[in-house]
Amino acid sequence: MPIFAEILTKGPLLKGAQMKSRNLFLKSLFFSLALAFSSANLWATDPVKSDEPTHEESADQSVSTEEQISEYIAHHIKDAHDFHLFSYNDSSGHRKHIGFPLPVIVYTSQGLRFFMSSEFHHDDSGHHVVETDGVSLVKYHEKIYELNTGEHAISFGEEGHHDGEHEVGLGDELSDIAEIEEFDASHHPTNAHEVLDLSITKSVFGFLLVSLLMLIAFRSLANQYKKRAVPTGFGRVLEPLVLYVRDEIARPNIGEKHYKRFTGFLLTVFFFIWTSNLLGLTPLGFNITGQLAVTFSLALFTYLITQFSGNKEYWKHIFWMPGVPAPMKVILAPIELLGTLTKPFSLMIRLFANISAGHIVVMSLISIAIIMKSSMGAVGATALSFALSFFLTLIELLVAFLQAYIFTMLSALFIGMAVQEHDHH
Amino acid sequence: MEQLLNDFSPGLFIMQSILMLAVIFLMVKFAWKPIVSSLEEREEGIKKALESAEEAKAEMENISSANEQLLKEAREEREKLMKEARETKAKMIADAEEAAQEESAKIIAKAKVSIELEKKEALEQIKKEAAKLSVALAEKILQEELSSASKSAEHVDKLLKEVTLKS
Repeated sequence: MPIFAEILTKGPLLKGAQMKSRNLFLKSLFFSLALAFSSANLWATDPVKSDEPTHEESADQSVSTEEQISEYIAHHIKDAHDFHLFSYNDSSGHRKHIGFPLPVIVYTSQGLRFFMSSEFHHDDSGHHVVETDGVSLVKYHEKIYELNTGEHAISFGEEGHHDGEHEVGLGDELSDIAEIEEFDASHHPTNAHEVLDLSITKSVFGFLLVSLLMLIAFRSLANQYKKRAVPTGFGRVLEPLVLYVRDEIARPNIGEKHYKRFTGFLLTVFFFIWTSNLLGLTPLGFNITGQLAVTFSLALFTYLITQFSGNKEYWKHIFWMPGVPAPMKVILAPIELLGTLTKPFSLMIRLFANISAGHIVVMSLISIAIIMKSSMGAVGATALSFALSFFLTLIELLVAFLQAYIFTMLSALFIGMAVQEHDHH
Repeated sequence: MEQLLNDFSPGLFIMQSILMLAVIFLMVKFAWKPIVSSLEEREEGIKKALESAEEAKAEMENISSANEQLLKEAREEREKLMKEARETKAKMIADAEEAAQEESAKIIAKAKVSIELEKKEALEQIKKEAAKLSVALAEKILQEELSSASKSAEHVDKLLKEVTLKS
């Protein structure tokens, strides 16, 4: 069972060995956080990174009202095409964005196109058209659309108070911003179509970062074993985690006979999810495991591995359940078949929902400082917001581990069910 | 739901899947395999070490019990030897005493015999001496009393016979 969860709840009662493992846990958390924070500082102070003042607008872009805050949070939850750390208004009232662009790779009707996301000039409302080799691209709500040939501006189908198409020209941009903001995200452009977006988005970038961290950390652990039997330093933190996944997740759920084949996958998934979750708690604003596409991909891996490693007994239990009357077998078959799909589906939704909800709640609590400023005063609102979000972030630290544990544990369980040898029938 | 589907990015899914495959491959090849095999090796080593320690312990026990046995045997042997020695000593002393007694008895018997002999001889001697003395005495008497020599000799013989019978 989740020893760490137990440790966190029992807290002050701990003694001896349990104390040791708690220290280890806290140490590893601290390390992960320290790692993430130090890299954050590095980027923020890097002078090469573009703080392009290209998208200069009036200061009313700042986030202060409730609507703006919810939009800001909704925007954060989504994937992004550039790495945005923060924005501020400079002395002349211009809006400055601190961050750096990421590469955009899109598969359009004319083939692959590659450019940096800075080409969009921080525009996310579909106004800025990027022309690359005969293809016109716009970005709207972090989705990239290709304009149909001959079109020069994006237009949206609108229900209700507008008739037909509504052209958004560059000229009447300002007057239309308000109207565009009324659209919800499900509004689709009428004269453009989505392209296959293979960009190195913020989440892909985060994935690469997590992979790099994992490779460096565990490669160094692997190298340590060449010199000594018991690793020192950071390796001593990682080793019990590896043993934990192997001995507490893989071995008991899959079984002594088969677990070795799947340990690699389970270890990778566990550490990827955990590191991603922890990275999501840093001010870098990653939301890797809160992307439905990412959790879908992870769940798909589990699904495919489960199905392809399923033995005869497993399939027999799905299509022709032994030990029940024949009519029941017929009824059970589709249910069992559906069950194989709902299991990974629940994996996907659980991880996505937990992480997204965590991000939304933490950001909402942080925004208390802005919303309650008028009624509680700046100090009171900030203190309340700090206390609440601090408390919730601690819980999120636990959730980060717990979700990684649950995903891995259930994956192991599903795989275990597929490879198990039934001899009790 | 529509919002969720709208937010789902097929591109991100593709990228994630490809990268995940690559990462699983890389991690398995460069990290998990060496780590897990080293861990297993270590566990195997620990298991073996424990087993051999157990064996050594059993062996030690064997050795110490054998030692105990040896010690016990040695002690018994010593006891036996001591006992035998004691018995031999007692026997030797007894034998010696017996022999001594026998010897002394023999010596005493011999001594008695020889004393008897000596005594007899001495008596013979005394008898002879007495006879000589009597003869000498008779001679002297005879010399004085030549006339009555035969009567005197008869008388002396009668006297001598009386003397011999009395002794």
